[in-house]
Amino acid sequence: MPKIKKFLFINGPLLATILIFIIVYMIGGQLYPAMKKPQVFFNLFINNASLLIISIGMALVVLMGGIDLSVSGMIALTSVASAALLQLNIHPVVVMLLMLLMGVALGCAMGCIIHYLKVEAFVVTLMGLFFARGMAYVINRSSITISDEFYRYLALTKIPLPFFENVSVYIPTLAGIVLLIIVFIIARFTFFGRTVYAIGKNEQSALLMGMPVARTKIAVYSISGFCSALAGIVFSISLLSGFGGYAKSMEMDAIASVVIGGTALTGGQGNVIGTLFGVLINGTIVTILQFNGTLTSWWTRIGVGVLTLIFIGIQSLFYLKKKRD
Amino acid sequence: MATNSEKKASLLTRFRKSPVFWPLVALVIILIFDGIYAPGFFKIGIVEGHLYGNLIDVINNGAPLILVAIGMTMVIATEGVDLSVGAVIAISAAMGAVLINPALGNELISNEILTQNISHTPLPLIVLANLGAGTACGLFNGFLVSRVKIQPMVATLILMVAGRGLAQLITNGQIMTIYYTPYFWFGNGFIIGIPVAVYIVIAVLIAATLLVRKTSIGLFVESVGVNAKSTFFSGISEKNVKLIAYTFSGFCAAIAGLILSSYAHSADANNIGADYELDAILSVVIGGTLMAGGRFSLLASVIGAVVIRTFTITMYTVGVPANALTAAKAVLVLLVILLYSDQSRRLINKLFDRGKSKKESDDAKN
Amino acid sequence: MANNNNHEILRMDNIYKSFPGVQALEDVDFCLKKGEIHALVGENGAGKSTLIKVMTGVERFDQGEMYYDGEKIKIRSPQHAHSLGISTVYQEVNLCTNLSVAENLLLGREPRRFGLIDWKAMNERAREIMLNLDVDIDVSAPLATFSTAIQQITAIARALEISSAKVLILDEPTSSLDMHETNLIFKVMRKLRDNGVGIIFITHFIKQVYEVADRITILRNGKLVGTYETASLPTISLIEKMIGRSLAEYEDMKKAQQDSDKQRVLVEAENLAREGSVEPISLSLRTGEVVGMAGLLGSGRTAVAELIFGVEEPDTGHIEVDSLPINKHSPHSSLLHGIALCPEDRKEAGILGELTVRENIILAMQARLGWFKSLNKNKQYEIANKYIEMLDISTPSADQMVKNLSGGNQQKVILARWLATNPKLLILDEPTRGIDVGTKAEIQKLVISLAEEGISCVFISSELEEVMRTSNRIIVMRDREKVTELPGDVQERKIMEAIAGTE
Repeated sequence: MPKIKKFLFINGPLLATILIFIIVYMIGGQLYPAMKKPQVFFNLFINNASLLIISIGMALVVLMGGIDLSVSGMIALTSVASAALLQLNIHPVVVMLLMLLMGVALGCAMGCIIHYLKVEAFVVTLMGLFFARGMAYVINRSSITISDEFYRYLALTKIPLPFFENVSVYIPTLAGIVLLIIVFIIARFTFFGRTVYAIGKNEQSALLMGMPVARTKIAVYSISGFCSALAGIVFSISLLSGFGGYAKSMEMDAIASVVIGGTALTGGQGNVIGTLFGVLINGTIVTILQFNGTLTSWWTRIGVGVLTLIFIGIQSLFYLKKKRD
Repeated sequence: MATNSEKKASLLTRFRKSPVFWPLVALVIILIFDGIYAPGFFKIGIVEGHLYGNLIDVINNGAPLILVAIGMTMVIATEGVDLSVGAVIAISAAMGAVLINPALGNELISNEILTQNISHTPLPLIVLANLGAGTACGLFNGFLVSRVKIQPMVATLILMVAGRGLAQLITNGQIMTIYYTPYFWFGNGFIIGIPVAVYIVIAVLIAATLLVRKTSIGLFVESVGVNAKSTFFSGISEKNVKLIAYTFSGFCAAIAGLILSSYAHSADANNIGADYELDAILSVVIGGTLMAGGRFSLLASVIGAVVIRTFTITMYTVGVPANALTAAKAVLVLLVILLYSDQSRRLINKLFDRGKSKKESDDAKN
Repeated sequence: MANNNNHEILRMDNIYKSFPGVQALEDVDFCLKKGEIHALVGENGAGKSTLIKVMTGVERFDQGEMYYDGEKIKIRSPQHAHSLGISTVYQEVNLCTNLSVAENLLLGREPRRFGLIDWKAMNERAREIMLNLDVDIDVSAPLATFSTAIQQITAIARALEISSAKVLILDEPTSSLDMHETNLIFKVMRKLRDNGVGIIFITHFIKQVYEVADRITILRNGKLVGTYETASLPTISLIEKMIGRSLAEYEDMKKAQQDSDKQRVLVEAENLAREGSVEPISLSLRTGEVVGMAGLLGSGRTAVAELIFGVEEPDTGHIEVDSLPINKHSPHSSLLHGIALCPEDRKEAGILGELTVRENIILAMQARLGWFKSLNKNKQYEIANKYIEMLDISTPSADQMVKNLSGGNQQKVILARWLATNPKLLILDEPTRGIDVGTKAEIQKLVISLAEEGISCVFISSELEEVMRTSNRIIVMRDREKVTELPGDVQERKIMEAIAGTE
């Protein structure tokens, strides 16, 4: 197969997403010249740090052919639980580790129910969502402020970027980038990652090929739980508080980012780099609306919803066409 | 010669095997619990000529949930799910509030005008707009599932989130308070001492039951849920069956929105109908309709909804906070699904067999 | 070391296997030599897939013995079979086409560097493996970008690579391949055979059997017909043994009387075609006649049936029923025109297992009446009971769930469903498959009696004797085309010649 055709086949959707991002950003730059400032670009990473993290976890789950609706509930739960524990003067690093552990545990539990008890992923993770959010409110009905020194340090310390003038990010922002690199390597260069892709395409075949399907599925949901918890930590750092009502509907934004990033909900194709751009597109739309000032935030909800619908619709029609042939 | 075994079985056996049996058992258990731990639960008084009390509350406040559960039953029976019901409630409530608003179309509004007891649009049109908006949402969902062939979970998830945005758009982001008193009748009125909402529920239940049992729609829905391909081969448009199911669900959610906004005198696009999808799925699952589709019973889902409402009010009465309840309900759904699933039945059978075979080998040793 | 060609790698003696209601294998012997290509043939329901299932540990046989490389064994599970070196490659390529060829070949045994996949080494090794099979491709490209043939070969190569298979079972490997691709597969097969692998080649393409197989085993109705050297079995004998006159005695059934004055043309189909399913076909069906469709698996009979019934839209051609053209192609539309189809796959496209016998029977009738005119319960029971009696359906009551009935009775329920619609044309696609002998006879008698009442019947069956016994006319299909039409009292040999293509 000619090299260029192969390149397009594998990377086509990713290129399309990057193109869309560039176009959307340029439109924004044309409408609002203030958007051309470099800090605005990096603000995308700062403001969407949590979204990026859960989207990466979500991408892995979707690649495997599953779905995880519980992510936003986990963020809320993590934020409140962290705040509550910090108020008890538990060391911040210990708190973070406990939260990550909790995320893995809940993800693992959901994964087990999905695989062994054969309950559909959307039902299990939907219930996980309600459970997590409910528990968040149980811990505290209203928001809890975080005044811990370490958290404040993480929240307020600017890291100036080398090649740009007057541009900086914060420490939690980097968490998403690091995670992205790690997950990218896992997806591309490990047996585990390739198994994820295999299961997403055809679980039955993967099983027949002798791949460790059960272990992989549960691991992926555990990783998603880990990512949700990590995102919750980042969230609570940036807001320096915890509340059960945080991150409402963020699971939808994560799914949107994954889908717009070129990963099909049917599983088996796509990659995490695309998800990054999906998040950036999401963030750009929000930024444009903010600069506009008159259009309200629900337009984002609607806009993202419509965009996702279009992408899913296209994917679905492609899938139907392939089946017919 | 085959006989009609249905007619031959005794009334008691029929009752025991009917779909309403287990939900009723659940209800009785909760009521017994109330009797012991919260006797005040059963008090029914008459205030200002109207029936009043926790039990009445269950049906009255539970009416919207019962309606949504009825719609959800049809969708689940076709092997689908409708996650957008909460958002549809919000949209329908928003439509109503906005159309009532006397300031509609006016640039300058004074507080006096806003709080007047008048409506910009006649009441019947408002009701029509309410129901129309919700039904349109249902139609949209149905189209995505039946024609574009998107998985039900994904299709309705889109509206679940985008829908709230839409509702916000309609109300311009504000929580709209309604001052038009005739509108309050739906959620607060009484006819012969019984809340209007109860009548609405009964009317919808009767209409829906007639629709599914007196026409062939019920059979077609069950058929599609059992095996959509065989249904297609038998000459039935399974696409249209699914379309109708989702449209109906939207319609029911719309009525629920009407009642809820009428009861609260307001339309809060963000919060109205919150968690309704969870409660509705729970009601249907308790009512015995399987998530895998097939046989369904509207009455059983209604009782399931009553069970949930009673459970909720009981928990409040006993002092459990609202959000702990949400978490508990989530676990409950999973448990009930597992209980009804093949997987757990096999697991239980295996446990029994192991116990039995161990006993047999022990006996053999002796 | 004994001469390869005379050594057996796999032997099965006196195998019996039954499922509820049907004896799938009855006293079947099979042996596979090292270094041979052994074809396993038989129509659907003959027992091929069951034999493979017991061979590969998916099912356990009830009686009999199995030997592997000289030793008596009992296969516990598919993994056990796999570890012994018995590998199966199915028609549905059981690989993950989104991964590259190299990954599909080597994942699970992939070369690594510092814990991560060493892509370079993996691609090199994969290329080596494929070149060994004379296939020169870019192994780093996704499997999906290659033809089905290459995908099949990859599946075969994986089976050999991962499990160093000594027995390779190929289940319909060439079904979706063109001639060139088929030759590719054959090249690989021959190479493997020459290397001592025992290959079981399951196919319904008779020509291919003769091209590549050393020996042939024929199964029919769960019994072994025989094992033969390919060179000494002429094609016509093969077909005769597969579908020809059986030893079972039937009562002499008389066919439906044909009276050309009373009969009229009911259905006229012209140039019906659908790409990939059937070449343009024209046929006309008269009232009161039974038209049989003969041909082997894959010849396009079901495709024709489904086109007439509107399951798929034809690319070209049109159909007229009683001079009324069918404009909309759907089962519902066909139903309204009076056409009924009893489908081939009764499990997936026929029965509604969790619904009752009554509901299954009245379903199509209800579909015709539409959404709002509902048959009342009493009428439903009346109809259901009428057909339960007429077809002698064995069920405790009309309220029994259909999934609890035996295969034969399920088939009768589906038949009842369509009879209840009072069709003008009734198409039956393999109505006697997987059914006991007694019921088979009943169904054939029923078809004849329906014709005598004036209904037009199309009878599709792999059992040629059934087609001959019931049909007034026989259409022969081969390779998705109508080859010829023969009169109902034609000699069996003529039909088989038409099927084999050796006129």
